[in-house]
Amino acid sequence: MLIKQARDIKPSEITSKADYLSRRKFISLSSSKILSLYILHASLLKSGKVLAAEKIENFIKNTDFSTDEELTKYSSIISYNNFAEFGLDKEDPAAYSGDFQTSPWKIKVEGECDNPGEYDLEDIINPHQLEERIYRLRCVEAWSMVIPWIGIPLSDILKKFNPNSNAKYVAFTAPYQPDVMPGIGKVAYEFPFVEGLRIDEAMHPLTIFATGLYGEELLNQNGAPIRLVVPWKYGFKSIKSIVNINFVRDMPPNTFNKFAPDEFGFYANVNPQVRHPRWSQARERRIGKFFKQDTLMFNGYADQVASLYSGMDLEKLY
Amino acid sequence: MQKLYKPLLFSVSLIPFGVLIYNGFRDNLTANPIEYITHYTGDWTLYFLLITLSITPLRNLTGKLIFTCFRRMLGLFAFFYACLHFLTYFVLDQYFDFNAIIEDIIDRPYITVGFTAFVLLIPLAVTSTKKMISRLGSNWQRLHKLIYVITTLAILHYLWLVKADTTLPITFALIFSVLMTLRLPWAKNVKKFFISEIQPSSH
Repeated sequence: MLIKQARDIKPSEITSKADYLSRRKFISLSSSKILSLYILHASLLKSGKVLAAEKIENFIKNTDFSTDEELTKYSSIISYNNFAEFGLDKEDPAAYSGDFQTSPWKIKVEGECDNPGEYDLEDIINPHQLEERIYRLRCVEAWSMVIPWIGIPLSDILKKFNPNSNAKYVAFTAPYQPDVMPGIGKVAYEFPFVEGLRIDEAMHPLTIFATGLYGEELLNQNGAPIRLVVPWKYGFKSIKSIVNINFVRDMPPNTFNKFAPDEFGFYANVNPQVRHPRWSQARERRIGKFFKQDTLMFNGYADQVASLYSGMDLEKLY
Repeated sequence: MQKLYKPLLFSVSLIPFGVLIYNGFRDNLTANPIEYITHYTGDWTLYFLLITLSITPLRNLTGKLIFTCFRRMLGLFAFFYACLHFLTYFVLDQYFDFNAIIEDIIDRPYITVGFTAFVLLIPLAVTSTKKMISRLGSNWQRLHKLIYVITTLAILHYLWLVKADTTLPITFALIFSVLMTLRLPWAKNVKKFFISEIQPSSH
C-alpha cells in the first residue's frame, strides 16, 4: 500500500528566489523607512548576521602609533556608518550592504609604476605583517570615534608596485555595482566613489590599508575587504572597498570635492580653524559621549604630519 | 463628534513622542542618540506642519466643516515638536554654548532658516487662544498666514542640511505645493465639478 506522506512545507509557502532576493526592497517600500529599519536591524542583530565577522589571527599591536583613548564600542562602529553607495542614513550601510560580495576580490594597479596589473587581494596582503593601530577617526560631520584598526602600512603595499618618479599622487576607486548598492542613483554623488592622496601622504607611516577592526575582518559597512585609513584627514578621505590604485602625475579628483567644492577640498585635513557651511569643525562629539570636545589640528596627529604641509595656506587648501 | 475625536487626535499626536521616549529607555536611538533625536523631532515638526496645512483643502474639498476644529490642535503639535527639536539642539547638542549657537545661526544657512522658522512659530502659538483670536480680529488671519513662510523655511532647512539625498525634502516640497495649489480660487471650482459629477449617480 502506498502511503503518501505530506510534505513539511507546502510549495506555496516557499518564498520564491526573486522575492527572497528583493526582500530588502520590499521592506523599504512597503512600510515607512523608520519602521523597516528597526525591524531589519533588530532581526539582523537577533540572527547574529550583523556580528558574523571572521576573527583575524596573527596580528601584532603597534603601540607607537596607537592612542590609549577609550575605544568606541564595536556595536557603534558597525552600525553607524557613512558609505553612500548603500544609502545616506547612518543605519543604511549595515542594513543594505548584505548582497555586496567581497570575496574573491581583485585590485587593479595602474599608472606610473613598474608593476601594474590585476592582483588578488591575498597576494597584496599576505606578504605583510598585519598590525593593530588604534586611531582617532574624525568625520567632517563633527562626530568622532576611536577605532582599533588592523591593517598594513600603505607604503609597504605601494612599494611592491615600484612607483616611478612621475607618481606624484595616488588615486583610489571604489566599486560601482548599482544592483547591490541602493545608494547609487539615489544619492547625488557621482559614482564610483574616488579619492586620492599626494604620494608623500600615501607613504606616511600613519597611513594604512585596513582589513579589520576589533580583531575581526571588516564588515561590508566598514569597507570590506580593504580600505584606506588616513587618521589626520576627515573620514571621507578614507575610501572604502578599494578596487583600483592608480599612480598619477596630477592631482586626481575626489568625489566630495566634485559634489561641493566650497565644502570639501582635496586635502581635507582635520582643521578646527577652517569653517564649514554645515558643521562647525571647532568641536566634535565622540560617539558614546554626551559632551562635545575640542577638535585638534590634524586630528591630534600634528607632530607627525604637520611638516607635510609646511608653507601651505591651509585656509585655502582645505 | 468633536468631543469624541479631539481627545483621540490628541493622543494619536503624542504617539511619536511616546515612541521616542520608549526607544530612549530601551537604548534604541542609534550610536548617536542626540543626532537621532534631532532628526526625529525635526521630521515630526514637518509632518505636523503639512498635516495642519492639509486641513483647509480637506474642508474645501469635502465641504465638511468639522476638519477645521482640529486645525489649531494640529498646529500646536507642530509647535510642540518644533520646541522639542530646538531644545534638543540647544540643550543636548550644544549644551547652552551660546557662542557656538550664535555662530551657527549666523554662519550656517540651514540653521539660519530653521531658527527663523522656529521663532516665527512662537507668535502663532501664543495667539492660538480663543481670547487672542477675537482680540486680533481680521489681523489674526493675516498673522497666521505666516505658516506658509514657516513651512517654506522648514523645508529649506531640511534641504540645505541633507544636500546629497534630497528625496525627502523634495517630497515635502511637492506635498506643500499641492496643498498651496488647492488653496487657489480655482480649487473651489474643482470641488463644484466633482460634486456635480457625483450627484447624478447618487439617485
